[in-house]
Amino acid sequence: MNLGLGPSRQAAVNELFRRVLFLPPQSSTMASEIDHLHYFVIATTIAGASMVGLLALYWVLKYRVREGLAPRSDPAPTSPAWLELMLAGSLLGLFCLWWLIGYMQYVRLRVSPKNTLDVYVTGKQWMWKFAYPDGQSSVASLYVPTGRPIRVLLTSRDVIHSFFVPDFRIKQDALPGRYTTAWFEVPEPGTHQVLCAEFCGTGHSVMRGQVVALDPSDYARWLAAGNSDRVVGSLGEDPRAPLGQVGGPSLAGPTNVEGASEEDFPPAQLVNLVRVGTQAAAQQGCLRCHTLDGTPHIGPTWAGLYLGRVPLTTGEVVTADEAYLTESMMDPLAKVHAGYAPVMPSYHGLLSPGETAAIVELIKDLRDVPGRTEPPAERTAEGPPPAAGAIGRAPQERPALPLRQAPGQGPMPPAVEQGLPPPGLQPNPPPVGTIEIAGPNGTRRTVPSAIPVQESKP
Amino acid sequence: MSAPAEILAESTPEPDYLSVESGIWSWLNTRDHKRIGVMFLATVTAMFLIGGCFALAMRTELLTPNRTIMDAMTYDRMFTLHGVTMVWLFLVPSIPASFGNFLLPLQIGARDLAFPKLNLMSFYTFVLGAVITFGGMMVGGTDTGWTFYAPYADSTPTDVVPVVVGIFILGMSSIFSGINFIATTHLMRARGLRWGNMPLFVWTIYATSVIMVLATPVLGMALALVGLDHALRLGIFDPAVGGDPVLFQHIFWFYSHPAVYIMILPGMGVISEVVTTFAHRRLSSYVAVAVSTLGIAFVGFLTWGHHMFVSGMSTFDAGVFGVMSMFVAIFSAIKVFTWTGTLYRGQILVRTPLIYFFGFLFLFVFGGMTGVALATQSLDVHWTDTYFVVAHFHFVMVGGSVTAFLAAAHLWFPKMFGRVYNERMGMLTATAVFIGFVLTFFPQFLLGNMGMPRRYYSYPPRFQFLHVLSTGGAWLLGGAVLLAIGNLVVALRWGARASANPWHSRGFEWLTPSPPPKHNFPVTPQLDFSPYDYSMTEEEARARAGAR
Amino acid sequence: MHAPELGEQFSDLEHQAAALRFGMWVFVVSEILLFAALFTLYAAYRTMFPSDFRAGVLHNTFAYGTANLFVLLTSGLTAALAVFGARTDRRVFTGVMLSTTAGLGLAFLAIKLTEYGKHIEEGSLPGPWYHYSELPTFGGNRFFTMYWGMTGFHALHLTAGVLVMGWMAVRAFQGRYTARYHVKLEMGSLYWALIDLMWIFLWPILYLS
Ligand code: HEA
Ligand code: HEA
Ligand code: CUA
Ligand SMILES: [Cu+2]
Repeated sequence: MNLGLGPSRQAAVNELFRRVLFLPPQSSTMASEIDHLHYFVIATTIAGASMVGLLALYWVLKYRVREGLAPRSDPAPTSPAWLELMLAGSLLGLFCLWWLIGYMQYVRLRVSPKNTLDVYVTGKQWMWKFAYPDGQSSVASLYVPTGRPIRVLLTSRDVIHSFFVPDFRIKQDALPGRYTTAWFEVPEPGTHQVLCAEFCGTGHSVMRGQVVALDPSDYARWLAAGNSDRVVGSLGEDPRAPLGQVGGPSLAGPTNVEGASEEDFPPAQLVNLVRVGTQAAAQQGCLRCHTLDGTPHIGPTWAGLYLGRVPLTTGEVVTADEAYLTESMMDPLAKVHAGYAPVMPSYHGLLSPGETAAIVELIKDLRDVPGRTEPPAERTAEGPPPAAGAIGRAPQERPALPLRQAPGQGPMPPAVEQGLPPPGLQPNPPPVGTIEIAGPNGTRRTVPSAIPVQESKP
Repeated sequence: MSAPAEILAESTPEPDYLSVESGIWSWLNTRDHKRIGVMFLATVTAMFLIGGCFALAMRTELLTPNRTIMDAMTYDRMFTLHGVTMVWLFLVPSIPASFGNFLLPLQIGARDLAFPKLNLMSFYTFVLGAVITFGGMMVGGTDTGWTFYAPYADSTPTDVVPVVVGIFILGMSSIFSGINFIATTHLMRARGLRWGNMPLFVWTIYATSVIMVLATPVLGMALALVGLDHALRLGIFDPAVGGDPVLFQHIFWFYSHPAVYIMILPGMGVISEVVTTFAHRRLSSYVAVAVSTLGIAFVGFLTWGHHMFVSGMSTFDAGVFGVMSMFVAIFSAIKVFTWTGTLYRGQILVRTPLIYFFGFLFLFVFGGMTGVALATQSLDVHWTDTYFVVAHFHFVMVGGSVTAFLAAAHLWFPKMFGRVYNERMGMLTATAVFIGFVLTFFPQFLLGNMGMPRRYYSYPPRFQFLHVLSTGGAWLLGGAVLLAIGNLVVALRWGARASANPWHSRGFEWLTPSPPPKHNFPVTPQLDFSPYDYSMTEEEARARAGAR
Repeated sequence: MHAPELGEQFSDLEHQAAALRFGMWVFVVSEILLFAALFTLYAAYRTMFPSDFRAGVLHNTFAYGTANLFVLLTSGLTAALAVFGARTDRRVFTGVMLSTTAGLGLAFLAIKLTEYGKHIEEGSLPGPWYHYSELPTFGGNRFFTMYWGMTGFHALHLTAGVLVMGWMAVRAFQGRYTARYHVKLEMGSLYWALIDLMWIFLWPILYLS
């Protein structure tokens, strides 16, 4: 809402409204804009309700009779049609204006920008689990760099959950068996609470977590604090279920994340998602039909598949995005790639969400590998992408943030193609020590790599 | 004056419906719509108090961030029980089955509803449904919330089946009543009563019945399938075997959004009657109210998706549902403007129902406008499934419908029981209900803004202050409601005798004595004039109805 | 002055008949919406699993479904003839037509049960019991779950209809339906027409394509 005030006055007005309405801090790039619409709508609501109430009160006082009703000599006046229509019409105009602004903002909230840093989020009763594309995974705490759009790809292991970060004004349901997305960008370092907003059982209200926004250098150091070459277990099962202890239907009393000690949050467990994906694909037999280097085989190759246009047997053409890839694993015969036999079995229930995410991540990682028969090309993370494969995806830029290349990435060694698992994954002792991060007001503090949630006061 | 007019007058020798027969069996086996209406009234009021007790227990639990008086599982069952009781056992049948049943034939000049036996069956179906629902809640209990979202409802350790069966049966009761009301409105109107002159309460009961008949079967089917899913693991909505949980949400809200209009439309009818009765003038635009009633009933079927903006539906669908919600809101606004305009140049008698009318006006506009705010999609993303939504729907359902229910109880109390309640006490409790209400639910808007999710047993401590305010308000509200109902109950026995038409209304129901005789009108009246025509005297209206 | 069937809220029998007929139509609309929920689910799952649903339809025995279609259409005719009989005061004819309708309803159920038997044998059962080997997919499971749900629900309605028809046949032989007043009979045959109509919609989506 630009009131024609100077920037500082405008900020003061914004702050005043925010406090009066008890809104949390505006900690994402979209938050303040959404709040401005909020102020507009709520101010109109209060004004409208008061106006109607006061007008009614005024007329009651004015036309009140104590006793003795006289029969009317005239039938009381009716409101002229033009007045009704004008009122209704202008109100509809106002509502449609809100709808328009709200809808445009909503579309921006829903459609993530390019070059996002993707994090896979899995909800399960009653915890949040985060898996990062280049290795890490963490429970309850999501670490993100500031100044860069982050996309969360949400799924659930059991029932519907909803990923809600009040400080960012975002919320998105996490559904079992499919992926949904949300995105946000945090300008300043800080900690922001994550809440589960869809009822999911007894532990619903303790299914909390936090987003820890680190400035990019801190983020890089946080990444480095764990050694991504050494990874923990598979993503299929949680090595520890910190909130699981309070969970279960026989739950006696919930535990607050706030009150929990640091031990309740295992520090980031470092897992290379692409490698886990490769391993899972090999173990589950995906690689018996799909290749990673573009060689034609029983099923479509994964090389250059991601975001490519896939012609279907029905004649339709779809984009091979996360949703399509996931669906193709869970219900392969729903959309069959033209030219391939409908032979793939469903992997629903066979792949854990973590493994699904990892395989999707693997396919995404192969998006710059040319499809078809060309020999696998050498490539680096920053290098310009090779021409799109036969599936015909337009070339796309790689993420700007330097991601460390893990050994398992890139074209797979032939051993993998033959279904042999890549080098085993070994447990990783939790990284010890602390890192220093930037606080909100230019302060710096030293924290362990898992940080208890802080109360954000309005 | 002609002879039939005398028959209609107070001095009629025919005994009233209350004293014509006595004994419990004469009630339990009655076909008289008035007695069935009274039985429904007693039953739904009891349901309201029971649902209110659950609410108070919940509010008490929320006094502190962690455990106060119950554990998480109990809390979860409690809000489910509260929602189910309030929606299906109280609010959906409340005004139509009690006041609608009682007044619809009186207001259209009929001797009874078209199908009196079906009416009684509807009552017993309701009782059966209520017993099964409560029985299920007592033995197993359900913790899914009143929305029964799959796949949680498929896998919850609690037992959803009895509750779902109970609600299915309650739905049948709704459908029976709906059929009865629709047929009665179409075919039982007195001579001369055109659609364009029908009392507005009849219009709203009619529109409500249409929604009941069209939407309730869809809910019944959705809940039956969830019950089967839970009992037999059919997995119709379970993604583990290829089902689609979002599909359940679509079907559920296809019923439940129109259902919110089932809950508010009769209240709007009551409010229209209250405002004309106490302003002693016709509505500032009859056509606007009648047409917008139908508008709500039909456009209301196209907005259900606004409950699912964050479920992952396509942005295009979301946009359509958003804009349809804006359209449906306009019809309510037209009504509000018309009611307000009706006060202009009236002869306003300030009595208890008018105080409730005020409460309704302010709270419904506020609640409705927050509904419009929720339909604004980018805002809903932050608000959905928070206390903002809880506040929104309590504003429209408690501030709107329950207030209208209490207004109706006070407006028609003399009609139904032939006695008057203590007016001063009535006004006092009405004011207390308003204050208690605002104190309970206004803080919940702010809680929602802060990001407090709903269905939370425990919460971060920063939310506590507002929760304490809300709990305090809830106790005040509960006390006020109890006193208001108590005032009426006391008057049943000890109230002074009422005259036939204590408010000097022109409504057709007041043409008969209060309480009315068993067959309402000994001779079918001639209703070829408007029930809102205050340029006639009462005597003239009586004469005109009875002439011929 | 009041005929025994006349409720005291009505002025005459014609008025009462009009009200009952109207009420029955409203009930039929409500029932249609009950089925509509199932049809919607079917449509939604069919768009999700088009090929499995098609395979499921092709697997179903066309002959059973179509035989049932003809059985029901014939019964619809006899139900209508019963109304005609009442209108022209033919007591026995009406009774015979109603019993025929009930009998055809039973025939329908017999054919349906035979078909169910075949499904049980091959394992095309709903939900967790599904183990049909030729279509081992989620889509196949969905199709047969919907198939059982829809036909089962229809069969329930039909069973109720058979009971109503049987009862009405008895009343017809007793001469309770006169040319002057037989609206209950009309209501019964309207309900039967609804059952017919549902099968007319179920048949193409479960047996044809
Ligand atoms: C009686 C019940 C009732 C009524 C009447 C309404 C009315 C409306 N509701 Fe509400 N609603 C519920 C009961 C009701 N609702 C319930 C129970 C839920 C939650 C269910 C659950 O999840 O458990 C809910 C949830 C709900 C949501 C979903 C929130 C979420 O979960 O994310 C939305 C979103 O759009 C919404 C919108 C609306 C709209 C647009 C109206 C409109 O019809 C309102 C129209 C009225 C007005 C607009 C007021 C009149 C306006 C004026 C007189 C203008 C004033 C003058 C000026 C501004 C100058 N409602
Ligand atoms: C008609 C509908 C209706 C009504 C009238 C009410 C009335 C009230 N509701 Fe209700 N509420 C719902 C419908 C309704 N509610 C629904 C649908 C939900 C969603 C459920 C879900 O999430 O699934 C909900 C959820 C809900 C919540 C959110 C729970 C959560 O998400 O965790 C809360 C919390 O404060 C609440 C509070 C109240 C209060 C304080 C009242 C007060 O107005 C109550 C007033 C008090 C009384 C009427 C009591 C009077 C009686 C006594 C004082 C005792 C005497 C007793 C006897 C004589 C027997 N309700
Ligand atoms: Cu997870 Cu609520
Ligand atoms: Cu709605």
